[in-house]
Amino acid sequence: MTAPLRLTIRRTVPTDPGADPVAVDLAMPSDVSEVEAAVELMARHCFAGLAPCARTAFRLRVTLAEALSNAILRGNGADPTKHVWVRAELTAEAIRLSVRDEGQGVESTRRQSPCLPAELEEDGGRGLFIIRHLADQVEFNDRGNTIWMTLPRC
Amino acid sequence: MGFSKTASGSGVTVVRVDGQLIVGNRQELKALIQESLEAGDRKFLIDCTHTAYIDSSGLGALVTISKKIRENGGELRLAGLNEDLRSLFELTKLDSLFHIVPTVDEGLTGF
Repeated sequence: MTAPLRLTIRRTVPTDPGADPVAVDLAMPSDVSEVEAAVELMARHCFAGLAPCARTAFRLRVTLAEALSNAILRGNGADPTKHVWVRAELTAEAIRLSVRDEGQGVESTRRQSPCLPAELEEDGGRGLFIIRHLADQVEFNDRGNTIWMTLPRC
Repeated sequence: MGFSKTASGSGVTVVRVDGQLIVGNRQELKALIQESLEAGDRKFLIDCTHTAYIDSSGLGALVTISKKIRENGGELRLAGLNEDLRSLFELTKLDSLFHIVPTVDEGLTGF
């Protein structure tokens, strides 16, 4: 039986000058069956008190599901003893999502474009391509085990 | 949330995807289609009317399913994609690989 997801929320006073953005942190096991619940928890907290357009909510759900899938399957090698950490830093305009795994960084073997006719019938290789198109900004750390994705908040 | 299968009067197997098709449940859909193929079903329509989102693993599962159905002499149609889902298929050019129809009723017509 999988341990329940652990969600901790840190909030700062919005009027405090120089305060950090509101942050939402989630730790989860390397279990793909938990991705749906993790995505819904983060979406609920990222959009708390807001009425985001359907497109924005869709972008967050898809990019986060992609990043979690990569972290669990590629970063952590689906090792159930390893964890994945998610953080969302919230400002009035944007959500900066990070997903970190315990891996050593995975050398990308993905095709530059999975859209070429000869590649269309491949079942994998679209994850990062989709993230790059749905997020406003995508960054990685040097080790390659953390991805940051910036999305609009409304 | 999940998958439900019904048989239309015209011999089409309609599989409804409620919620999402992602890394955590893609194998379930593949198994359901495989089971149907082994039972002799050949015409499939996947109803995405109630699908909120699909990730690349879900898209990959649909590609695999499409190939399996074709290898068995069958046909697959997708119906009911909302604007966001449609844009995902267009982004990945998978709209050129699948027979996508606006609604289930239209998908069943002439199948």
